[in-house]
Amino acid sequence: MSALQSIQDAQAATPLIEARDVTRILPGIVPTTLVQGITLRIADNEFVAITGPSGSGKSSLLYLLGLLDLPTTGEVLINGRATAHMDEEERALTRLTRLGFVFQFHFLLPEFTILDNVILPMRALGRLSDAAMRARARDLLASLGLADHVHKRPDQLSGGQRQRVAVARSLAHQPPVILADEPTGSLDSKASEQVFGVLRELVDKHGKTVVAVTHDLGLAARMDRHIELLDGRIVADEQHLAVTAPR
Amino acid sequence: MNLVFDIAFTHVRARVRQTGFAVAGVATGVGFSIMMASLMQGSQDDFTQRLVNTLPHITVSDERRSPPPQPAERLFQAAQIYGLTPEARRPGIKNPLATMAALDVWLPGGIAPSVKVQAIIRYANHDVSTTVTGIDPRREAKVSELPKQMRGATLTALYRATNAIVIGDRLSEKIGARIGANITLQTSQGARISAQVVGFFHTGVRQQDEGTAYVLTKTGQILSRQTGLINELHIRLADPLASREIAARVENDTGYKSVSWQEAYEDLLSTFIIRNIIMYAVVGAILLVASFGTYNIISTITHEKARDIAIMKSLGLSEYTVRMIFVVEALIIGLSGALVGFLLGYLLCRGLGAIRITNPFIDSDHLPLAYTYVHYLLAGAVALVSSVAAGYAPARKAAREHPVEIIRGAT
Repeated sequence: MSALQSIQDAQAATPLIEARDVTRILPGIVPTTLVQGITLRIADNEFVAITGPSGSGKSSLLYLLGLLDLPTTGEVLINGRATAHMDEEERALTRLTRLGFVFQFHFLLPEFTILDNVILPMRALGRLSDAAMRARARDLLASLGLADHVHKRPDQLSGGQRQRVAVARSLAHQPPVILADEPTGSLDSKASEQVFGVLRELVDKHGKTVVAVTHDLGLAARMDRHIELLDGRIVADEQHLAVTAPR
Repeated sequence: MNLVFDIAFTHVRARVRQTGFAVAGVATGVGFSIMMASLMQGSQDDFTQRLVNTLPHITVSDERRSPPPQPAERLFQAAQIYGLTPEARRPGIKNPLATMAALDVWLPGGIAPSVKVQAIIRYANHDVSTTVTGIDPRREAKVSELPKQMRGATLTALYRATNAIVIGDRLSEKIGARIGANITLQTSQGARISAQVVGFFHTGVRQQDEGTAYVLTKTGQILSRQTGLINELHIRLADPLASREIAARVENDTGYKSVSWQEAYEDLLSTFIIRNIIMYAVVGAILLVASFGTYNIISTITHEKARDIAIMKSLGLSEYTVRMIFVVEALIIGLSGALVGFLLGYLLCRGLGAIRITNPFIDSDHLPLAYTYVHYLLAGAVALVSSVAAGYAPARKAAREHPVEIIRGAT
C-alpha cells in the first residue's frame, strides 16, 4: 500500500478532529472575522502544520479545534462527536481526556516545581495513584532531557527547557492529540530544533497526532501536512509525502 | 480535592504579606467579637445572678390570678353575673404549715414562710416607705442568700432583741441609722412599733438595699395586726432555671398565685433580647468589615492569577475546580483568622478581666466576663461564612473567564 493510499484511508475513517464550515466572528462595534468557512479533517497520527501571515486566523483555528473557543457558526467534532451542545464542564473534560496544549509561551505555573507542573493534568484526571503519576512525569521529563531539573521551578530553566516541560505537561495525561500554538516561536534555533524533534517523535514513535501553528515555513515543510490560511480561510492543504517517515 | 487544596495553599503561601494582612483582619474581627460577646454575656449573667440570688426563685402569695367563680356560674353554663362585689377574703395563706409540708414532699429545694407588710420607717426626721418582711431566720437560710449578704451581724441577730430589725445598707445610709438605733415602724392599718436595728444587708440591687427590711415573722404579724398570718411562701430551687415550670405546678397544687423570678422580672429579661440583638449586630458588622479584607486578597489573587486560571482551564480543569481553588483560599484565610482570633479573643478577655475597678457604685471589683465556647464557635462560624462569601464572588468571576482571551492577551 502506498503512503498516499494509507493517508487517504486514514482520512476516510472517523477523524480525530473535524471542522465543518467553521466561522468565528468576534462581536464588537466593528465585528472581526477570525476564521471563515473552515472545513477540515485531521486523522489519527498526522503531523499537521498550520501556517499563514499574522492575523490570518492560525491561532484562532487552533483554539476552535481545541474547544478553547466556540465557533459562531459551523461545528467542531472530536472523535466524531459534536461539541456545539456541550456545556463548559463537558468541554473541559473533553480537553482533559482528548487534547494536550503547547503554547508559544510555556505557561507553567510559577509557584510549582517542574514535576508538579507535569503532574497537574494527571491529577485533574485523577485516574492514577500519586506514585504512578510521579513515575510517569519523571519518565516524560527524562525522555525530554530534563531528568535533572524535576525539582526546579520554571524560572530556574532556560526557554527551551521550559518549552520542553510544557510539551511534557501536554503529554502527561496521554491525550491522542497535541495542539501546539507557535511551540518554537519564542525559542532560538537550537531549542526550536529540540522541540520540533520532540514533536516529530511523538508522531513517529508514539502514534500521536500533532497540529502545530507556526510561522516557520521551514519547519512546516518538514511536517506531514501543511494547511495554509489567509484572511481566515484555507488557501492550501497539502500532504508532504516525501518527509513522512516510514511507519 | 487534593489538587484544589495544593494549588490554594501554594497561592496563599506565595503571598505571605497579603495573606497575613487578610488573616489579621479576620483575627481582629473574631477576637474583638469574642471579647465583646464575653463582656455583654458576662454582665447579663452577673445581673441575672444577682436577681436570682436576691429574690426567692418562686414567691407564693395569698392572691389568686382570677377571682373565684360564683356558685351559680359553676352550676349553670348560661349564668352570667354582673356587678357583684367579690367576697372579702381573710388575707394570708390558709394552713401555711400544712401547705409547706405538702410542698416539701416533692419540691426540689427549700421553702420558707414570710409576712410582707408595707410600712413607713421613721428615724431622725426621715420618713421612708419600706417593705418589711417577717421571716424565720433559720428557714430563710434555705431560700435566700440573705445570711451571706449580712453586714455587721448575722441574721440570727433578729432573735437578740424584741422587735429587732435588719435593714438594707443604703436605707441605713439614707436615714442615718446605725446598729443599735431605735426606729419606728408604722403601717397603714395603724400599727406602730419601735424596733431596734441589729444589722444591715447588702444585695447589690439598689431597690432592695434601699427599700427593704427584715423582722421576725411574729413582728411582721404584729405589724399586719393579724396573728398567725403568713402571706408569702418563698421557695428556692436547686435549679433556678426550672422556676417557671415548678411555679406553675405549685400554683396548680395550692391554688395561690406563684410567681417565678423570670415572671417577676419578665420586662427586664425581655430587654436582654434587644441587648443581644444589638450585640450580634455589632459583632456581625465587625466581621463583615473583616471579610472585606478577604474579598480584597482573593480578588487580588484571582486578578494576578488570570493567566494561570486560563492555563488550568485549557488543561481541562473545570470551572467548578477553579472556583473551588479560590473558595478554599478564602476558607484558609477565614480559618487561620478564626484560630488566631480565638487566641486574641481569649487574651483580650483575660486582659479585661485583670483590670481592677474601684468604683463605690459597683459591687464587683472586676469586669464580669463570660467564658463560653459558644462565643468562639459563633464568631468562628461567622468569620468562615463571611470569608467564603467574600471569596466566592471573585472566584466565580475568575472561573468564568474565557481562557482564549487571556492566552491571546499573554501572547
